[in-house]
Amino acid sequence: MTPPASVPVLSAEGLSVSFDGRTALSNVSLELPRGRIVSIIGPSGCGKTTLLRCFNRMNELVEGAHTAGAVRFEGFDLYAAHVDPVEVRRQIGMVFQQPTPFPKSVFDNVAFGPRASGFKGDLHALVEEVLSSAGLWPEVAAELDAPALALSAGQQQRLCIARTLAVKPSVLLMDEPTSALDPTATARIEALVHSLKGTYTVVIATHDLQQAARLSDLTAFLDGGDLVEYGPTETLFTNPRDPRTESYLTGRAR
Amino acid sequence: MTQPIPPSQRPTLLQSRADAELDRLREMLLEMAGQAEELVRLAMTGLADRDASRSKQVRRADDGIDALEVEMDERVLEFLALQRPVAGDLRLVFVTLKASNDIERIGDHAVNIAKATKRIASHPPLPDILEVREMGDQVLAMLGDALGALVNRDTAVARQVVAADERVDDLRRSVFRIVVSYMLEQPRYISPGLEMILVVQNLERIGDLATNIAEDVVFLAEGKSIKHAKLGDGA
Repeated sequence: MTPPASVPVLSAEGLSVSFDGRTALSNVSLELPRGRIVSIIGPSGCGKTTLLRCFNRMNELVEGAHTAGAVRFEGFDLYAAHVDPVEVRRQIGMVFQQPTPFPKSVFDNVAFGPRASGFKGDLHALVEEVLSSAGLWPEVAAELDAPALALSAGQQQRLCIARTLAVKPSVLLMDEPTSALDPTATARIEALVHSLKGTYTVVIATHDLQQAARLSDLTAFLDGGDLVEYGPTETLFTNPRDPRTESYLTGRAR
Repeated sequence: MTQPIPPSQRPTLLQSRADAELDRLREMLLEMAGQAEELVRLAMTGLADRDASRSKQVRRADDGIDALEVEMDERVLEFLALQRPVAGDLRLVFVTLKASNDIERIGDHAVNIAKATKRIASHPPLPDILEVREMGDQVLAMLGDALGALVNRDTAVARQVVAADERVDDLRRSVFRIVVSYMLEQPRYISPGLEMILVVQNLERIGDLATNIAEDVVFLAEGKSIKHAKLGDGA
């Protein structure tokens, strides 16, 4: 049963993260509404990636990481002792800055997750479905057995998105997903992300302010590990409340 | 009268270029505004003196405002394309573009007044109507205040300008009544009376455009629109 739309898909409450005693995130609280695109922006080292990785428990893979506060997924504590982090990462998938296809065929890349989780249905149909969702099917349909590493960087990134979608997540986390791509490939990824809106909740950490402005419904601005401002993207980009946001967006030092 | 951003707030070469361009846009807007204010003043002096020769002078000066508006459009388009402003910068560029359009229209209304003056001068003079003079003084004051508010981002003065527009509307109604009464009394006043009605309609529009600029000042400073809102509604 789908939870009611009023329950945020993900939420952070008083979330703080440190690495070897150094604070990366400080007392961050925010809610991510279902089916929306949320951008996280801020200067290098502000905690964008750390926040993103909190949402699928990837920080705990880092030695010396300490997380305090709560992260809730569909209202449940994501960090509760009985929660399986692997299942968390299936439901909350992640796409990284550099495309990371496996050294396998296009088909096997997409089929990898479903196979690993014991998928019993029509694998070919699933692969076609998610490659179509990722806008890649027309380009690779005739060469599903070709090595994924032979694809262009933009195609590889869309393949990675398809691979993430193949395990039917409800949230897609994207960490600078287009920073390694040219403008054309970037535009395709953005169109893809836009098409996923509604079906998936997408959270994008990005340095590209225009990308955040173009794509997202909501934008969070982090600075020095603090959540400075979070709200509708149009408000943040036209009339930010906090002078720190204004300074960052206009490129002026404080 | 621009407000340059202190050098301490200009960390990068690229940003300095954006700031320099914003300064230039502000300077151009003030140049246009100063010319438009002078044009209205000239048109009203011509009307008071029944001086038809001012018409040509006003029209020539209006060409200068038109040229500045075209240049402003081009610069704003270029700035949007190259600098992609956001937040306060975006609101400034948006307001500058709108205000430049309003100022250009003010110039056109001054030209209309000058043209009407030329025609009025060829008819028997109407009895002096003090309300017309007061209306001219009022819209000139509103225009000056709106532009001052724009320069200083003074929302208190901007709101005073918005409130003052009611007086202009009242004066227009008074002039209408007075002129119609003259026209009913004396058929020779019909032609100059109709021209005078055109004059006050143009003055009223100048008041409206000054009000637009004042409303934009509030948007620029506070990020909220007070257009079409009554002042008592929290605007």
